[in-house]
Formats: sequence, structure tokens, C-alpha cells
Amino acid sequence: MHDTKQLITIKGTRDGLTLFIDDTCSFDEAFKELREKLLANQPQKKEPCVPVTIKLGNRFLREEEKDSLSNLIKEENRFTIQSIESEVIAKSEALSLMEDSEVKTINRIVRSGQVLEVTGDLLLIGDVNPGGSVISTGNIYIMGSLHGVAHAGVKGDRSAIIAASYMNPSQLRIAEYISRAPDYESDGVYMECGLIDEEQDKIIIDRLQVLAHRRKSINRFERRINNG
Amino acid sequence: MGEAIVITSGKGGVGKTTTTANIGTALALMEKKVCLIDTDIGLRNLDVVMGLENRIIYDIVDVIQERCKLKQALIKDKRFDYLSLLPAAQTSDKTAVTPDGMKKIIKELKQEYDYIIIDCPAGIEQGFQNAIAGADRAIVVTTPEKSSVRDADRIIGLLEKEDIEPPSLVVNRIRNHMMKSGDMLDIDEIVQILSINLIGVVLDDDEVIKASNHGEPIALQSKPKASIAYRNIARRILGETVPLQSLEDESGMFQKVKRFFGMRGN
Ligand SMILES: Nc1ncnc2c1ncn2[C@@H]1O[C@H](COP(=O)(O)OP(=O)(O)OP(=O)(O)O)[C@@H](O)[C@H]1O
Ligand SMILES: [Mg+2]
Repeated sequence: MHDTKQLITIKGTRDGLTLFIDDTCSFDEAFKELREKLLANQPQKKEPCVPVTIKLGNRFLREEEKDSLSNLIKEENRFTIQSIESEVIAKSEALSLMEDSEVKTINRIVRSGQVLEVTGDLLLIGDVNPGGSVISTGNIYIMGSLHGVAHAGVKGDRSAIIAASYMNPSQLRIAEYISRAPDYESDGVYMECGLIDEEQDKIIIDRLQVLAHRRKSINRFERRINNG
Repeated sequence: MGEAIVITSGKGGVGKTTTTANIGTALALMEKKVCLIDTDIGLRNLDVVMGLENRIIYDIVDVIQERCKLKQALIKDKRFDYLSLLPAAQTSDKTAVTPDGMKKIIKELKQEYDYIIIDCPAGIEQGFQNAIAGADRAIVVTTPEKSSVRDADRIIGLLEKEDIEPPSLVVNRIRNHMMKSGDMLDIDEIVQILSINLIGVVLDDDEVIKASNHGEPIALQSKPKASIAYRNIARRILGETVPLQSLEDESGMFQKVKRFFGMRGN
């Protein structure tokens, strides 16, 4: 008697609603039940938009399924989707996640006019000279002097950081943020890092020690797995 | 078998031609057989600095286009029996010279000469590619200015992609008072950034310009510091260990610079 079993469970939390979708039934069944639930539950008056987190358990959704699910929920503007979380991911996604979080170790000088670009984190053993640039989708660690341009999180990861033994860059870029050196001549700093400070909404430079509490997990793989 | 050394810089006017003429002259003074090649097509200078301008009959493009034999185009120096110059063309089409053409000429010259010194044009285009094509090693010239060091760095990056020994560095036109006051990069900083072997430092000296104007490279004189600097570069090319001469009366810079020689075990 399967209609005694709830396929959709909704829980209210401080941050909105969490929607658990049973992971043993078919997607169509779950979809149908969700639609009925939403219809039965029409609001009386205009209520503010409620954020929804969807937990899929061990269910894997294809992109089209994800789309129709979010379209259904967003219909009539009663809800916004905060995230769709699943315990399982596709193999291809896992591989690209791994590629994306690997540390690429490179041992050279990046000279004027040269661009060194990697997927994942970059560990450069050597200097970035004035006019040279290093770019990565993840963090950038430089065991050497950074005189040129470093761009971390180039695909939009704002939690990426840039660390260098000697930091005297002409520009630091993280995700879509840019900060540049002052117009006056200035000496660099030793053992510091650049990161985005959400409150000030800009890139700040601080001692390496602050990373321990500002970026608890510098391991991108864990971060990505946990945060989706 | 001789060795071919290209003198290059990226930035123009930093002293490539002057360095070529003086290193060549200094090597000739040490009884080496030397051939200088000017690859700055359309802006030839080396013949003027060497005082050989009015002896030119054929040039490098004539050789490449087989209008003459290589031997016919070589101009013998007026002071040394074994110093020759292969002049650049002044009017012909630049595209006539190719990396392969250069390699062929250099290969032939190596049979007879100990050193072939190639004066490279400014820039990183075709002329640069031609100049480095047949070279076994490179000397990069810079002045103590940011823009010049930046271009030298660019050139070193390009040279690293070639099948050629790691380049050495000449810092030219040093002015002691400006370096002391911090208005010029000091040698320490330059070597740190470029991180290649320093093979010589040459003072800025009006005598260099005067000598070039008379077609008598300063290396022919025995007294001026700039001359000694060029002669020392020549000795280092031959593999001698020569400490950098004191550029100032106090020991400040000398000490600093010496460290780099020690470190890299020149
Ligand atoms: N050590 C020096 N002291 C004083 N003047 C110098 C010194 N070295 C070079 N010069 C002068 O600087 C000018 C440029 O030098 P040079 O022609 O050798 O440079 P270049 O790099 O060959 O230039 P280009 O890129 O145009 O070929 C010349 O007038 C030369 O006499
Ligand atoms: Mg020149």
C-alpha cells in the first residue's frame, strides 16, 4: 500500500524549507506527488518568497529532471531554490572535480609576457616577474616572489586565495574581483596572502596565519563535495 | 669549430651594437679569430661603430641571395687580421633573411672563426628570430631601467624556448650617482629578477660614444673603465674567472656584485 508512504517530506527550518524527496520511488511518482502537494497548499494572501533546499538522498537527477523540478517549485513565485543536494554525482563530474582540485606543481620562472594557466590549484616554485601572469581555477601558492599578476578562482570561485613567499604584485585578481598595487613605489611583504573579504567586498592582503580561521578548509575537493 | 654568440636585448638603444663591437674587438685583442655579423637589416650600424663603413661592397642579403660568395662579403678589419664583419643590408627587402639562411652562413663561418658575434636588432619579430637562429649562446644587454629590464626578461623567456644555452647578462650604462641615490635599479635587483648569470657591468661613459663616433671601439684603449669592462667580458667568454672591477671607489657595489659571481660559480 504505497500511498500511505510519504514520498515528499517538508520541514521548516530557520533558513526556509527543506524538501526531502524519497529516493526509492520513480522520479515521475515523486514529481506527481510534489505537484499535488503544492496545489493543495495554495497560500491565502501574498506571502514573501520562501527559500527551499531540496535533498535528493541517493537519487541522481539528469539536467532536464533538475530543470523541471525547479520550474515546478518556482512556479507562481512562492519559492526560490537555494540548492539541490544529492549524495551521488556522475562519474564525469567527479573526474572534473578532481581535476579542478588537484594541485599542479610547476617549477619555473614566469617571465614578462608569459602566462601560466592551470586548472585546479597552482603551486609555483619560482618567481612571477613583472609583466608575467599566473592564472588558476583554484588557489595559487607561490614559493617565490610575485611581481606580476595572479588570478585565482578564474571561473568564479570567490573563496580562492593567493599566497606568496614574497608578495609585491602589480595586480591580484580573485574570481571577478581586482585589486591593483598603489601608484606610489611600495615594498612587498613576506609570507602573505590575498583573499576576498566578504564584509568589505574587496580583496585584502593579510598574513598567512589568518587563513587558518578565514578559510577553514583550503582543500578545494572537500569544499566542493560538501558545498555542491 | 667556432662558437656563435648573439647579442640581444628586446628594447632598442641599450647598447647591443656597442657591446658587439667591443666584445669582438676585445676577443681579437686576445688573438681570437672573430667574425661580427650585423643582422639589423635597414638600420645597419655596426660597420660605422667599427669604422668600416666605406669598405662595404656586398652585404648579408647579397650572400643569402647568392649574388656573391660569403668570403667576398666579409670585410677585414683595419686593425686586426682575424677580425671580420659581415654587414647588414641597408636597402634590400628585409624578408630576404631567414633563420635557415642565417644557420647556413654561421655554419660556414664556424669553420674558420673562433667566435661569431651576432648583433641583433631590437624587437621580438623576424629580425630577432633570424639573429638567434644559428646562435649557440646569447648575451642579453640591459640598462638599469625598469622598461629595459622588463624587455630583457621577455627576451630571456623567448630564448628559453630555443635550443640554446641559458643566456648571460650585461648591464650597460650604469651611472653610479643614480644607483646610489636609488633612482636606478641596482644590479642586485636586476640579477634577482632576471635570474641569469651576470657576465659584465659597463659604466655609462661619454668616451664610449666618442670612440664609437670615431669608428674606434673603446675596447682598443687600455685605460677607460668601460674598456676594461668589455675586455673582462671577453675574458669571461673565454672561461676565465675575472672578478667584477670596482665601479666606485668605495667597495659598496663591488661587494654586492661579487656575490653573484661567487654564487653561480661562474
Ligand atoms: N656604456 C655606454 N656609455 C655611454 N654610451 C653608451 C654606452 N653604451 C652605448 N652607448 C650609446 O648608446 C647609444 C645606443 O647604443 P647602441 O647603438 O649600441 O644600442 P643598440 O642596442 O644597438 O641600439 P638599436 O636597438 O637601435 O640597434 C649609442 O649612442 C651608444 O654610443
Ligand atoms: Mg644596434
